[in-house]
Amino acid sequence: MSQTNNDAVQAASEAENREFLVFSLGEEEYAIDILKVQEIRGYENVTRIANAPDFIKGVTNLRGVIVPIVDLRIKFNLDSVEYGGQTVVIVVNVADRIVGIVVDGVSDVMTLTPEQIKPAPEFGVTLSSDFLNGLGSLEDRMLVLVDIDKLLTSEEMALVESTRDS
Amino acid sequence: MDITDFFDTFFEEAEELLADMEQHLLDLDVDDPDGEQLNAIFRAAHSIKGGAGTFGFNVLQKTTHIFENLLDYARNGELALRTDLVDTFLEAKDIMHDQLNAYRSEEEPDHDAFVRICQTLQQIALDEIGAELEAAKGAPIANASSGGDSGSKAPAESGAASEAPKESKSEAGGEAGDGEGDTHLKVALLDVGEKDRTLLVEELDQLGHVIEQSGDEKRYEVTLSGNTSADDIEAVMCFIIEPEQIEITDAAPAESAAGESAPEHDSSASSDQTAAASEAQGSASEPQSASPAPEAAPAKENDKTPAQSQPDSPPKAPKKKPKPKKKAPESTSIRVSVDKVDQIINLVGELIITQSMLDQTVSDLDDQSVGNSSLQNGMSLLQRNARDLQEAVMSIRMIPMEFVFSRFPRVVRDTAGKLEKDIELVTEGKSTELDKSLVERITDPLTHLVRNSLDHGIEMPDDREAVGKPRTGQLTLSARHQGGNILIEVKDDGAGMDREVLLKKARENGLNVSDTMPDEDVWQLIFAPGFSTSAEVTDVSGRGVGMDVVKRNIQAMGGRVEIQSKMGEGTNTSIVLPLTLAILDGMSIKVGEETFILPLSAVLESLQPAKEDMYAMAGDDVVLKVRDEYLPVIAIHEVFDVEGAITDPTRSIAVIVQGEGRRYALLVDELLGQRQVVVKNLEDNYRKVPGVSAATILGDGSVSLILDITGLHRLSRARKEAGNHANQPTPVLSKEAESS
Repeated sequence: MSQTNNDAVQAASEAENREFLVFSLGEEEYAIDILKVQEIRGYENVTRIANAPDFIKGVTNLRGVIVPIVDLRIKFNLDSVEYGGQTVVIVVNVADRIVGIVVDGVSDVMTLTPEQIKPAPEFGVTLSSDFLNGLGSLEDRMLVLVDIDKLLTSEEMALVESTRDS
Repeated sequence: MDITDFFDTFFEEAEELLADMEQHLLDLDVDDPDGEQLNAIFRAAHSIKGGAGTFGFNVLQKTTHIFENLLDYARNGELALRTDLVDTFLEAKDIMHDQLNAYRSEEEPDHDAFVRICQTLQQIALDEIGAELEAAKGAPIANASSGGDSGSKAPAESGAASEAPKESKSEAGGEAGDGEGDTHLKVALLDVGEKDRTLLVEELDQLGHVIEQSGDEKRYEVTLSGNTSADDIEAVMCFIIEPEQIEITDAAPAESAAGESAPEHDSSASSDQTAAASEAQGSASEPQSASPAPEAAPAKENDKTPAQSQPDSPPKAPKKKPKPKKKAPESTSIRVSVDKVDQIINLVGELIITQSMLDQTVSDLDDQSVGNSSLQNGMSLLQRNARDLQEAVMSIRMIPMEFVFSRFPRVVRDTAGKLEKDIELVTEGKSTELDKSLVERITDPLTHLVRNSLDHGIEMPDDREAVGKPRTGQLTLSARHQGGNILIEVKDDGAGMDREVLLKKARENGLNVSDTMPDEDVWQLIFAPGFSTSAEVTDVSGRGVGMDVVKRNIQAMGGRVEIQSKMGEGTNTSIVLPLTLAILDGMSIKVGEETFILPLSAVLESLQPAKEDMYAMAGDDVVLKVRDEYLPVIAIHEVFDVEGAITDPTRSIAVIVQGEGRRYALLVDELLGQRQVVVKNLEDNYRKVPGVSAATILGDGSVSLILDITGLHRLSRARKEAGNHANQPTPVLSKEAESS
């Protein structure tokens, strides 16, 4: 009897623990839900789209599918935006769309317990706390947990056609 | 394996049969009906009935059964066809279609509609031929086999007997002697679950008569009397279980003693009689109608005495059906899910890209190396094969517009009848092929436009006569390829639209209009939400919902709607659809370091502009004079902010292009050549980009944008306007400053 109880407790806590992919933008560490990540690849061969916001770098060919590439460093107003061998693109799958996001580097995958996820304080203009799942505290590290779904489908990202257009 | 696995096959086939039925009903000349057509209609109903019976769709089975009987009278010439009867038949077909859809979504069909149509059909039978459709009796309530209704049974039976041609009867009698009635078979079902078993026993009961049944899950034995052969039983059973699970043996002769089986017959006969009687009637009349339809039914009949044939005949419908039903479509086509086809198309697209990539690598190779020529040969062969493969695969998805147009004779007939107008439908370009996904999505908007034309466009016959037009209005549906687009037109020779009325109505609706608006803009008003000029709301249209939906639907497909109308002469609504899923013949151009694709269909010519042919107009606008024509100049590097492009027009190349009937001169740096490209949707993962219709993948794997000519022009104008505004302090800018 107690055995099953333990199992249930364990299952419950496992369900609440979430895995995040940690990536860096400049000096800061961000993380997104690992389940949203489709793959990680290098930054190459991006075709510019005219008259798009500057953080939309353009589109690229992902095995026959045309995928837009967003540079979060530009979106988050980081000082240095360079494209080198270390620049990686995290391909995420949100709202039935495939989008590539450019980051400075991918470090690791972290499991966070609910206690480790703190509510995000009100931020400034650049990154509204609406787009955050919270802040992850991990010993001496702080991870900004980005709600990639909300962020990429938001109107200001201009990635998704707003329904009001037509 | 479960019988439900076959439901989908049945639904699709039934759907096709219903469509066939409708087609034939519409083509039917009521004054001189074609026997072959009536037979075809009858066969369709018969096949559906068989399938519905097999799968236990009782309501559908009963409806088709009654319908079939009536059709049988019609093809025997006992029932004189009239237009209103055909209308009822069409209604019956619609109800059967509804029932089919209900079963498909696992719901019970609308009972009221069922009862209503059964009564209507019975009434026709009563009124027209004085015959009662016996099987219909009590059918709406529950089971057709409630039987025992001798009153209704008797006339039918006698009718059937008297109708049956002499020789068929005597033949039947003669052969019955040899056959000596029924054989008895022992069918053993091995390892069959209870649910399937019940089904199977029911099934067997339809084939013959189950005399006894016993056993357990491992081995369940059913003794069957009837003239069905073991092969037939196996063929039917295999729909539900594996052949290994069936064992069929001849039952011991002792069991089939005449005395034993005869009472069985009697009892089952009474329960089946009502359905059986009419069925017998159907089959008996088959030879008489001199059609190639007999479906081996009469042959079966011959094994028995006429008396016996009646209780035994109903099984034939469900039993015989599966075979022809399965074979016929297989020989000509196979059903494949669209997803699979799309997957193949995508893969082939990838193959083409890989092939072009290889091609480029090979052509960059040093020509001196040994074995290079065979590599080159192989590459060109690969290229040819890949292209052929691509073409073949693409054609899978393309279906002719006939698929869409074929539904309109019915729509026009029904609508015209309701409105009491005389309307002739003309269709052109039925063979124009269009991508399947577009075909599916164009049907609804097109139906709406057609209804609109019928209701608002074409006048009443008397009014037409008064203005000197033929009484019969004409509605033309046409489709044709125009450049890279498909142009679908709905044209009527009706009253046309009244500019003044539209403007007045628009003002009442609070729309911003002016008397000086160009005609095209006035016609576009009808696409405003809630806009209707019809004085009264009819069944057909006039509620003011719809036209805006039509426009939205077509825009969602990347197309547009244009209207031309002339008072008193008619209206022409054209839908222009791009080929979204298609291969595009493109001209690749270079601007700065970027490569773009122009649809080759839009490119007229290219030339080196001379300075003296360029004229500045009203500030920023520049026009290029080409053979006495002044074309607006669009510099791509300006519109798309391309860096490092040639800015001096006289050093660049002007490509003269055409879009929506207008011509423009595009300034580009270089023409790279023609190529076929696979059109890739940008909106799947991104959004619509102004001036760009889609994207494609080049030989090196990079993405290139396909330009949209009219979009470019709009974009160029918008940018110029924005540029003009930017020079002055504008509210737009100050608002932005405030918000940030």
